[in-house]
Amino acid sequence: MSAVKLENPALDPALLQERRMLLKGNHAVSYGVMRCRPEVIAMYPITPQTPIVEKIADLALTGEIDAEIMTCESEHSAMSACITASLTGVRVFTASASQGLFLMHEMLHYASGARTPIVMPIVNRTLGSPWGFWPDQTDSLAQRDTGWIQFYTEGGQESLDMVIQAYKIAENPDVMLPAMVCHEAFYVSHALEPITVPSQADVDAYLPPFNPEHRLDVDRKESWGNVVTQEMFYRHRRDMGISMSHVPDLVTKADVEFAERFGRGYGGILEKYRCEDAEMYIVAFGAMCGTIREAVDQMREKNLPVGLLKIRLFRPFPVQAIQEAVAGIPRLVVMERNYSPGLGGILHQELKAALFGMENAPLVHGYLAGVGGVNVSVDRIEELTRKALAETPVVESVWV
Amino acid sequence: MSSSLTEIRWHGRGGQGAVTAAKMVAEIAAEHGKCFQAFPEYGPERSGAPIVAFTRLSDDPIQCYSAVEHPAIVLVLDETLLSVVDVTDGAPADAAVIVNTEKSPSEIKKVFDFGKRRVYTIPATKIAKQTLGRAIPNTPMVSALSKITGQFSLGEIEDHLRHTFGKKFPPKVVEANVEAAHMGFEEVQE
Repeated sequence: MSAVKLENPALDPALLQERRMLLKGNHAVSYGVMRCRPEVIAMYPITPQTPIVEKIADLALTGEIDAEIMTCESEHSAMSACITASLTGVRVFTASASQGLFLMHEMLHYASGARTPIVMPIVNRTLGSPWGFWPDQTDSLAQRDTGWIQFYTEGGQESLDMVIQAYKIAENPDVMLPAMVCHEAFYVSHALEPITVPSQADVDAYLPPFNPEHRLDVDRKESWGNVVTQEMFYRHRRDMGISMSHVPDLVTKADVEFAERFGRGYGGILEKYRCEDAEMYIVAFGAMCGTIREAVDQMREKNLPVGLLKIRLFRPFPVQAIQEAVAGIPRLVVMERNYSPGLGGILHQELKAALFGMENAPLVHGYLAGVGGVNVSVDRIEELTRKALAETPVVESVWV
Repeated sequence: MSSSLTEIRWHGRGGQGAVTAAKMVAEIAAEHGKCFQAFPEYGPERSGAPIVAFTRLSDDPIQCYSAVEHPAIVLVLDETLLSVVDVTDGAPADAAVIVNTEKSPSEIKKVFDFGKRRVYTIPATKIAKQTLGRAIPNTPMVSALSKITGQFSLGEIEDHLRHTFGKKFPPKVVEANVEAAHMGFEEVQE
């Protein structure tokens, strides 16, 4: 492992202003990270995440990022480095995907248990075997029990904006948990789009410096990770749950404050699109949501009363917000890009659990529409919506 | 969905610059206030392997994150792909196919079935070799696209090459590209 700290050249002040740039989704993330001023960035490359850390290295070379860059020998080491750096009270960053995220898995539990508010974008990619590079959210969803907050975004701008918001939420003293910002391979990670990079002054005003109450510091004489009793472990996990329970309200608040300052809001926990008088909501997260919005427009033109319910926060799973959002709606159809063999679509299963016991709960259809990165076009969404409207839902997720 | 939406699909081989060409179109669009999206269908990125890239252009913001299935325009950067890949797959009957070849449209239509789609040819590699001294067909392909779609003008390509492109490359390379753009515009045939 090697750490590099470069002497910074004088920065052109124009670089600190709001900038309208043509960026790929991954590079949008890098610029978002830049504005958050992390002090330690640990990195290990993996397709399709690599452009995030490559651009960060470029920005460190030009002095736009002033952080200690650690090029690690594996993802496991990168996460270990993030945890220890975070425990010293500095803001840290890393990114991963797919196989690399799985090599990190052990340390993901450690990161949340150590209450380190690391922010890590995940570029969702299929897992081997067989080998592929396709968009599929099973990689990050398989980390849903690791104690990390999880956001799912649909485009480069939203990913950039959510990296900034994720630090604000994760570092809140009532939370102190790490967060993943997940976007999909290829459709988002490598799509070139016009992106607004906010000004440094605005981000500084929105996101205060990380200043935790506890930290590893030789003068403070605090330590982490000692052996505990059963009762202490029990209390520790209960406390993590309490911290998680603060997240939904803070996500809403972070989104409102973000919209006030930057003019872009995303609805917080979830977004409802053209849901008025709907007979059915299409429930989804990630890149498919934009395509679904266009499909909803197309179907509304044909007098098909359907809307989109976009889930933005997956951990903690926002049960209350979802129950409120679907109250009075007869049917939901989940379209998703992930698969848990023996269980089905993960969003489908979690959604059904969230509705359990709800009075007049909607019927839930679950379609495995985009597993493995299979293209889900506007017309395909209309076809699947019509299929759902015409059939009775079954318990299992359906291969369509 | 916006009625102004144009969907473009690029076919090339790894290393030929299809992704760079798609990016150039996106940059020109952005410089003139259009909304765009450009992305490659990536996979094992081997030099010489067939690759596909997509561009969407629109007057309105684009929120559709999915592969282009029914392109109005198909650009083929390497004519040897015609016998390997069905470049017309999903393209509607009124789509345009622009092929980089020294042959005429009637000659390639004798060999390959393009249905009722309009077929244009342009000797983009030949132009690139003459002007740039390298077999990079991007710039003439982009000017052929400009002529056929009218989405942006030759003057706008020239502006882009002189300004955005000119920031990264020496004047000699820029001027060679400008010449390639003009030749591409002139030499595309239906």
